[in-house]
Amino acid sequence: MKTKALLDFCDTIDATALSQAIQATKWVVPLVQTVHILAIAALLSSVLMINLRLLGVAGTDQTLARVSERFRPVVWWSLPVLLASGLILIIGEPARALTNPFFQLKMCLLVVVLIVTLLSQRPLYGDSRFWDNRVATGRAIAMLSLLLWSGIVFAGRWIAYL
Amino acid sequence: MDLDTVLRAIEATAIATEIREGESSFPWIESIHVLAIALVVGSISIVDLRLLGWASIERAVRRVTGSVLPVTWIAFVVAAVSGALLFSSNALTYGHNTWFLLKFGFLAAAGVNMLVFQFGINGSVATWDNRTTPPPSARLAGALSLLFWVAVITCGRWVGFTLQPGLGG
Repeated sequence: MKTKALLDFCDTIDATALSQAIQATKWVVPLVQTVHILAIAALLSSVLMINLRLLGVAGTDQTLARVSERFRPVVWWSLPVLLASGLILIIGEPARALTNPFFQLKMCLLVVVLIVTLLSQRPLYGDSRFWDNRVATGRAIAMLSLLLWSGIVFAGRWIAYL
Repeated sequence: MDLDTVLRAIEATAIATEIREGESSFPWIESIHVLAIALVVGSISIVDLRLLGWASIERAVRRVTGSVLPVTWIAFVVAAVSGALLFSSNALTYGHNTWFLLKFGFLAAAGVNMLVFQFGINGSVATWDNRTTPPPSARLAGALSLLFWVAVITCGRWVGFTLQPGLGG
């Protein structure tokens, strides 16, 4: 997607004082990208631990509800950090991100994975053994979640190449 | 034979040439590298935070390491292999990049810290396995590990901004 309106919007952001400041300071983008990657590391590992438990591969000495309690907050706290750092990167180079098909794909995958995460975590509040009684579905969701998050990381890196 | 001759020889290999000149080999391998290194750092920090007594404190240290470290090691192997492939494509440039060399300094420091923990501090783990706050030596190992790995990531990201144009940001 690369409409006239979107390009105009990018130009508007580009002309703001904040965008100009980010562009003029060489260390801002690598520093913010470093923060972004560290937050991805925290989020991804937490998602992996929850999903490995859902798959019955690791952490089986604890219930899924217990593992989720430990790692769910890390997932939800990483997201605002990712959003804020991502936003700074977009303001610094609006056209590079917003008009980029890989960025657009990344945002679509993000929406899907957030819905999947919410829907799969929600039942655990009421019934901590919910997924123990639906093993096959639980495993399918875990695989889907890992696939989507990996896709998000891949799409994110590919933004630099298009 | 000096180092530059070795680096040029690495660059001249068929696989290095393919990664350098291929249409999309570099971004594919780089994406795998990012995914793997995120899992290395994210998973090791779960162990580090337990050693510091900051998270997973209701769980025994050996339970945490047992469920997390296999992930760390698998991800590390993937990161090392993909990293070696990326390095080979422009060995000479990377070999002379300060941030790249710094990254490997911190990687070595993380390795030494891990060895000291594994073959020293960890020997007595049975006596503090269930303690909320492990002994100072174990906490120090956890803190240093966090610090070194954050430094590895930071230097790694700076490498991408200090090479000649055309390699991607």
